[in-house]
Amino acid sequence: MAASIETTQQVQEMGERTYKYGFVTEIETETAPKGLSEDIVRFISAKKEEPAWLLEWRLKAYRRWLEMPEPKWANVTFPPIDYQDSYYYSAPKTMDGPNSLDEIDPELLRTYEKLGIPLKEQEILAGVTGVAVDAVFDSVSVATTFKGKLEEQGVIFCPISEAIREHPELVRKYLGSVVPPGDNKHACLNSAVFTDGSFVYIPKGVRCPMELSTYFRINAANTGQFERTLLIADAGSYVSYLEGCTAPMRDENQLHAAVVELIALDDAEIKYSTVQNWYPGDKNGKGGIYNFVTKRGACRGRNSKISWTQVETGSAITWKYPSCILQGDNSVGEFYSVAITNNYQQADTGTKMIHIGKNTRSRIVSKGISAGHAQQTYRGLVKISAKAEGARNHTQCDSLLIGDRCGAHTVPYIESKNRSAIVEHEATTSKISEDQLFYCRQRGLSEEDAVALVVNGFCREVLQQLPMEFAVEAQKLVSISLEGSVG
Amino acid sequence: MPESASPTTAQSFVAQFGALRDTLPGAGLPWLRELREDGIARFAKLGLPGPKVEAWKYTRLRPLERIGFVPAGAAAQVDLDKLPALLPHTGVGHRVVFVNGRLRQCLALLADQPEGVELGGLADALRHDPDPLAAELGRNGNGARARDGQPLFALNTAMMQDGLVLRVRRGISVALPIEVIYVGAPGPEPVAFHPRNLIVLEPGARATVVEHHIGLGAGAYFANGGTDIRIEEGAQLHHYKIQDEGPEAIHIATTHVELARDALYDGFILSKGARLSRQEVAVQLAGEGSECHLNGAYMLRGEQHCDITTTIDHLAPRTSSREVFKGVIDDQARAVFQGRITVHRDAQQSNGHQLSKALLLSDRAEIDAKPELEIFADDVKCSHGATVGDLDRDALFYLRARGIPEAAARDILIEAFLAETINNIAAEGLCPALMSSIGHWLGGTTGRTEP
Amino acid sequence: MDSLLEIKNLHARVDGKPILKGLDLVIPTGEVHAIMGPNGSGKSTLAYVLTGRDGYEVTEGEVLYKGRDLLTLTPEQRAGEGMFLAFQYPVEIPGVPNTTFLKEALNAQRKYRGEDPLDAMEFVKLMRRKTKELGISDDLIKRQVNVGFSGGEKKRNEVLQMAILEPTLAVLDETDSGLDIDALKIVAEGVNALRAPDRSALIITHYQRLLEYIVPDRVHVLAHGRIARSGGKELAIELERTGYAAFAEAAA
Ligand SMILES: Nc1ncnc2c1ncn2[C@@H]1O[C@H](COP(=O)(O)OP(=O)(O)O)[C@@H](O)[C@H]1O
Ligand SMILES: [Mg+2]
Repeated sequence: MAASIETTQQVQEMGERTYKYGFVTEIETETAPKGLSEDIVRFISAKKEEPAWLLEWRLKAYRRWLEMPEPKWANVTFPPIDYQDSYYYSAPKTMDGPNSLDEIDPELLRTYEKLGIPLKEQEILAGVTGVAVDAVFDSVSVATTFKGKLEEQGVIFCPISEAIREHPELVRKYLGSVVPPGDNKHACLNSAVFTDGSFVYIPKGVRCPMELSTYFRINAANTGQFERTLLIADAGSYVSYLEGCTAPMRDENQLHAAVVELIALDDAEIKYSTVQNWYPGDKNGKGGIYNFVTKRGACRGRNSKISWTQVETGSAITWKYPSCILQGDNSVGEFYSVAITNNYQQADTGTKMIHIGKNTRSRIVSKGISAGHAQQTYRGLVKISAKAEGARNHTQCDSLLIGDRCGAHTVPYIESKNRSAIVEHEATTSKISEDQLFYCRQRGLSEEDAVALVVNGFCREVLQQLPMEFAVEAQKLVSISLEGSVG
Repeated sequence: MPESASPTTAQSFVAQFGALRDTLPGAGLPWLRELREDGIARFAKLGLPGPKVEAWKYTRLRPLERIGFVPAGAAAQVDLDKLPALLPHTGVGHRVVFVNGRLRQCLALLADQPEGVELGGLADALRHDPDPLAAELGRNGNGARARDGQPLFALNTAMMQDGLVLRVRRGISVALPIEVIYVGAPGPEPVAFHPRNLIVLEPGARATVVEHHIGLGAGAYFANGGTDIRIEEGAQLHHYKIQDEGPEAIHIATTHVELARDALYDGFILSKGARLSRQEVAVQLAGEGSECHLNGAYMLRGEQHCDITTTIDHLAPRTSSREVFKGVIDDQARAVFQGRITVHRDAQQSNGHQLSKALLLSDRAEIDAKPELEIFADDVKCSHGATVGDLDRDALFYLRARGIPEAAARDILIEAFLAETINNIAAEGLCPALMSSIGHWLGGTTGRTEP
Repeated sequence: MDSLLEIKNLHARVDGKPILKGLDLVIPTGEVHAIMGPNGSGKSTLAYVLTGRDGYEVTEGEVLYKGRDLLTLTPEQRAGEGMFLAFQYPVEIPGVPNTTFLKEALNAQRKYRGEDPLDAMEFVKLMRRKTKELGISDDLIKRQVNVGFSGGEKKRNEVLQMAILEPTLAVLDETDSGLDIDALKIVAEGVNALRAPDRSALIITHYQRLLEYIVPDRVHVLAHGRIARSGGKELAIELERTGYAAFAEAAA
């Protein structure tokens, strides 16, 4: 919370440019020809030296994608996407598979330094806890730290393209098993052209010794990013995984269509945290990332648990519903979300909790803040199937409005077919309280600090779920995202 | 019950309209003809609502589609002495009876009726004094959402023949409730009728209208009602509805309410009858300071399907809405609650609160709820809540520990659960009838009490 | 400078309704004044006008604080200048720990005055000392600002904030209402501890009870938007006996 004053200083230092990750890295890249076709799909697959089955899988998805309609139900508006006007593969030239951190282009190292992401293991070793990082730059993973240390425990943490080569049996078994290619048009596109992303496997009974983290960076112009993350927690294991994202400030919109699949087997627990800070566009709504993401976890095993935490502050448009399929008896799904939209941002986000197993439990806490001309929608589904004896859900959805030009919408779907299940949903919408702001200002806080303080308090329940390293960052982000929304 | 060979489709209704077009009441009125043609065109375009229409996501019209319906003729013979009335004779000002959507009787039960109350049937009004109706019928069914999401209201607009017309003049208070009994009387063939009601309260007027929908016999019929309500400045309408249609009935009711400055609409719906029912209420809080209460209860068993869909639009500053719906669902019945509160940009300092609570009483019962907030103004306080569950186990145990058998204990708790919605009703004379209606339902056969 | 606060012919409206109608009041530096008056006479309105709350519109008159125009300053500038209001109805801020709130407030004021911020350790030390002095439990400061506090706890929290922020002019708006005798003593100790030649206080109260523990230099009666009478501490005792009926009539 101490962050807010510090934050204001930062904001002031930044002057007009509130998005501090908006720089471009000048680096030579190799790109596939513009546009999308079967040839491009083959090109990507060939670049990655993929087995035939995967190329087939991609091509099938591609053909399906051509037929699929765009999802229309979300409360967002944007001109039709010209899929032929984008690049689907872009990689730094020097990145022909370096396996040691020393081989990384110094320009890239500087980039990640500027972003605050440590790609040097020794730096982090000096700290108390370690974070292993997989850094994805446009279409490829450029570095993965701490691989050796993780391997000692049998933990696999590597770019998914590497996993396809090194652990084909795992990839083949689980890829598309939670999010099938035909799930929706964006996931289908991803299945056809996904380029990189992280792969995680935690073996039976292993508690992953450090936080795993992937950092996504879109750099090249006119380039889509289609990463694919696959995370498997075998029986009795535990992992906490963090994900962060940024992109340069560019006037055109860029497409980011990712797929994340999580699988938790018996007694396993996955904690998945995201701080999404893609470039949101400028004050007038020009530019910014279209963030169309399909994230879903399957609690396949008994007593398994998947917990999603997200702080969504970036992107021009966010379309995202991290969900849990609670198949195993006694499994638990959680969704903690803070979404902030300012200026002309649009977000339609929420979750689905599908209760199938007995005594499954889910909890949803969603905090939405809308300012400027932004429109934000919480959309959620809680479904209790007939067999889900004793299932429970509790949902709390609060929205805060700052200014009279924005909108906040709440659209929950509740479907229950089991009498022993208990579902409770509560939602509120109100404006940021004048009383609270005056109280803070009477004690000496500026109006902007007062807003930051009150909003951080409003989000506290969610921010508390983040690992320490991210929590402070997220608090700052909350304040920065609201810059210019009052006064 | 004879099932017709040809099932119902949108086309069959369009054909019926084609055949009736020139004989419908007011056929000679150009404005009405236009209204009807627009209605049938819209209905033909939309068809019977299907899964693609978000507003009908959870309700299928299969029971309607399986059977063929013919337009109800004027001939149904019903002995009016045997009609159950909800209110004691002395507690009612007027009693109006419709059989299969046609006005049969309009009785002033008390001699000293206030001046300035115009009460009658739509067919009569179209015959004798149609002009004032032109501005009222369908005036609020034209928003994009209503046009695309209410095909059956469009059908009603095309096919309407009769219904209640009530106008209360400026400043007039009608002290006693007006009871309107709608009787469904299926003949040898399943019949369809499309009653259209119109209620206008002029500035400062007050009235209470109690609708009682019942069915005679077990045959199928399709009651597709529509209601236009306009409440002018400072006027107050209390509007209570008991839907107790026959077991094979299909009851669809679409109500549009428009409120002017400081007006009040107090609506209540008890839904317990019909095989398939849908109550769709759309309220426009168009005048500053206007207020709406929308409450209701539903009780379902067997294979009943009950859909409650409400939309409340806050269009003006300082408007408020409060909504509570509670229901119990037994056997294989299914309930749907969809409630949307929209606060538009100009409706600053408004508040809207909504609550939906449902109890599932059997392993095969089902509820789908979709409460929705759509907020475009910042200085507001809005909330919704929805709960689904079984009876509170602690309470049940507490009663049983005091020696009350489980079945009786369950009944007590269910009754208490539902009674909460009834206790707020301003027309106190109605409460005993509503409570006994719940009691009666609890006494009925149900899988719940089996060991 | 001999008067810390000088209010001249102050007229103020709330929601278009005139509440203060020509109020004059001078509080010399180092003095404690009390304002008493019937419900609805405009006491809280005066407190909000002094602290710069939105919606409290000054239509006439002026307010000098430390000899400078007060009314052009933002609420946070006034706080930085040492103006503190103990709210009649303290506000809940969910999710914000009391300690965080206080530290942010204190450091914001220090920054305004060009002083270095206290670091976490220094702040905790200060906090410990003040809670101990006032006999306020540690538990209170760990909780979220006023959330779920009883009426008495909220008032104590206001006094704690005052003790930590050490204002030049403290305005207490019915901080004594609804308090038991122990809590009342905490409030009084808080104010008395701040008494100094360079500080002043304005105590808004209904009852003479608090003034037994904080002996005021002057007592004023606010009725119908103006100071209807002023006197020494004995005026409070007289009012306790006679009530405000006399003022109701006088202005009618
Ligand atoms: N926000 C407001 N809007 C309208 N009238 C107000 C408002 N706040 C206070 N008032 C009115 O101003 C008058 C003075 O109120 P207040 O200053 O709170 O009195 P006191 O604190 O002396 O009891 C009262 O008549 C009160 O009703
Ligand atoms: Mg007061």
